[in-house]
Amino acid sequence: MINWGYTINKDSSIDYDKNDRSLFCSLVKKEPTLGICMACGECAATCSASQFTTFSFRKTILLVQRGELNGLEKEISKCMFCGKCTLVCPRGVNTRHILSLLRDHLIK
Amino acid sequence: MRIEGKRALWRDYQKEIADDRYFYVRSCVRQSFFPGAEIAFFNIMRNDLGKDVFEEPVHTTCTGIAYHADIVPFETTMTVVARQFALMTELGYENLVPSCVTSFGVYSEVLESWNHFPELEEKAREMLWKATKREFKKPANVAHASDVIYKFRESIAREARYRLVNHNTGLPLKVVEHIGCHYSKMFPYKGVGGAEYPYVLVGMIESWGGEVVDYPERRHCCGFGFRQYLVQANRGYTFAASKKKFDSMAVYKPDMIITNCPGCPVFLDRGQYVIAEMKGITYGENGYGIPVLTFEEVAGLVLGYDPWDLGLQMHQVAVEPLLDKMGISYDPSMKYAGKNGKYIGSPELPEILIC
Amino acid sequence: MEKQVVVIGGGVAGMESAARLAELGIKVILIEKKDDLGGHVRRWDFLFPDKKPAYVIINALRPDIEDMVDARYNCEVKNIQSLNGAFNVNLSTDDNLKADAILITTGFDLFDATKKEEYGYGIYENVITAAELEEQFMNKIPIRTASGKIPRRIGFVHCVGSRDEKVGNEYCSKVCCVTGVKQSMKMREAFPNSEVFCFYMDLRMFGRYFEDLYKEAQEKYGVQFIRGRLSEASENFDQKVVVKLEDTLAGKPLKMTVDLLVLLTGFVPSEGTRKMIEMLNLDKGDDRFIKPIDEHLMKNHTNVPGVFIAGASSGPKSIAETITDAQAATLEIAAFLRKNNHHDKLGIYYK
Repeated sequence: MINWGYTINKDSSIDYDKNDRSLFCSLVKKEPTLGICMACGECAATCSASQFTTFSFRKTILLVQRGELNGLEKEISKCMFCGKCTLVCPRGVNTRHILSLLRDHLIK
Repeated sequence: MRIEGKRALWRDYQKEIADDRYFYVRSCVRQSFFPGAEIAFFNIMRNDLGKDVFEEPVHTTCTGIAYHADIVPFETTMTVVARQFALMTELGYENLVPSCVTSFGVYSEVLESWNHFPELEEKAREMLWKATKREFKKPANVAHASDVIYKFRESIAREARYRLVNHNTGLPLKVVEHIGCHYSKMFPYKGVGGAEYPYVLVGMIESWGGEVVDYPERRHCCGFGFRQYLVQANRGYTFAASKKKFDSMAVYKPDMIITNCPGCPVFLDRGQYVIAEMKGITYGENGYGIPVLTFEEVAGLVLGYDPWDLGLQMHQVAVEPLLDKMGISYDPSMKYAGKNGKYIGSPELPEILIC
Repeated sequence: MEKQVVVIGGGVAGMESAARLAELGIKVILIEKKDDLGGHVRRWDFLFPDKKPAYVIINALRPDIEDMVDARYNCEVKNIQSLNGAFNVNLSTDDNLKADAILITTGFDLFDATKKEEYGYGIYENVITAAELEEQFMNKIPIRTASGKIPRRIGFVHCVGSRDEKVGNEYCSKVCCVTGVKQSMKMREAFPNSEVFCFYMDLRMFGRYFEDLYKEAQEKYGVQFIRGRLSEASENFDQKVVVKLEDTLAGKPLKMTVDLLVLLTGFVPSEGTRKMIEMLNLDKGDDRFIKPIDEHLMKNHTNVPGVFIAGASSGPKSIAETITDAQAATLEIAAFLRKNNHHDKLGIYYK
């Protein structure tokens, strides 16, 4: 057994061709406003959780859209459902509903 | 793919390459890992092409590895480079030919810095004088050794005994060409063909009968990196880059990889061993790897030099499948016979990669 | 003596201004180097926001030109000399025209995408420009990949040749963003089973209704917008285009394979515009377009009295802005010919 002293680094880039985006597709059917997010970040700016944790709603739904689901279960568990994000969204995205749907899918 | 599109771009990136009286400076890595390559360059240039290639025994490294690994500051590099220029000037040579692509990058970078900041040149002259009492003139021409072989590729093609063709099927060999990062990514106009579609190796492959493979990760670095690989724990980073290239080129089933940088074949060659033994993946046919050769070795092969004189037995990935495809005659029993027929020892074989 | 104006360039700006000048009773000669009027709009499909076909604009302006303007086709201006407060315009047909005022409407050319080497235009068959796509739309040619297949994934690259120091054009070409959004919607309409992406840096939805178009593209057409500038495009084994960019909003590099890559190429000053600048010694901006003597109050005046500009020769403009600009130039030229010196009050002087 060879003791290499290292392992081959994992590719950390987003491979859009290989990622599974079925979650996004099913979510956008249930909550169509998911598709009109313009990533302005106002939700994350006002979010109570994002002040003290790594959670960002903007980033979460962007990663869902790309199929990068690793670690999202942990992130969305930090949301307290206060609704401030829905209050501020300039495009009218129903952020609270989307997070609720994500919970159903990701947190078993 | 429209090759005319590439040709139009290649025409924009032509460079001056001197045609004789070369001052050759060696590569730290190439002479250690591929010992036959530099000798082959001398033999081809002097014996086959009748050129004057001079090697000054007291020349040194350009400090490229140390400079890029942050061990040595730029002032030191500049002074050592100034000394190389001084040796060249003292012997009456004006055309610098580095064997290593990183050296080529270092010399180009130093000369460009002196162009933009003359006070640095003044400082280099001063430091060199204080250290060695030598003076120098800047080279009239700096061309990498692969540029020189590129310049004479047609002459080599005329003298060639073999071509980059599968002698069983008559079809051209599929060749992946890999250019060292420091060749043209820093200064596109200093590379033949520019940075996006370099032509220096493509020109050789075309003249010698091969077919170039254009695969998506063609531009990706082999992962050498200098800075991190000196520490064993970081080598996974290096081999991850090499693996990315192999995964991308595998579907094209290339017959060989040809490189112009001395460091790249180290990782592309040894990397296939690491990936095979660690992950069980091989990229050649039937469990072999894809042979990785330097341009001097390829030039030597097409001219009919004996593969073992070229040092091909020192390659990790077996070159015999390639030699057989090209129809090159060689004596397998002489593989580890060394100079004067003295047995030099043979390596332990890997478990997964067939060698 | 009747006043005569020479309009150089028969695109939309030249057509509008020539027609409006003629309506005011001024004699106009319109010089066009091609065989017909309309310039770039001839190869455009439909216009935003009301989706009117581009040829409607040309057809609307053409009758006035035919009735009232002396239009010369297939000829170019060889030389212009000043002549007692007027100009002598020498044409490639060897005609000499007297001009009391000159209007330059030589417009723009599209950026040559082969200069952006890393995108492989001219090398990889599935990399095309937005102008080529628009022409296919206009001629109702079904869009297919180079091997004749229906594209399943189409990528639009914004800012090709614009906002780019490497190709010498640091300015924004303004109208390409809305063109990309418009074309991406049309692709989704044509291919309902496809995925369409716009790779942008900023979305310059500057005009009226443009923001609604962006929202509609997302909401109704499902166009996906990924913020990141392409670093390279290459070809894989199936002749599909592999693109690399950073997904800046995710903070990670992204790699994707598309069937067709459309480059939204920007504006550069046309060959005609560059010739006019040299011939008449006109001031130009750092972006190499013609510079008016004042950016707010005298936008159609150049540094040479009697030489006026309209349209894209002074910078990227939409078609609507071009027509408005041409109408403004008409007024300025008419005032100039009547020796109306109202501009003197502004304190903006010719050198």
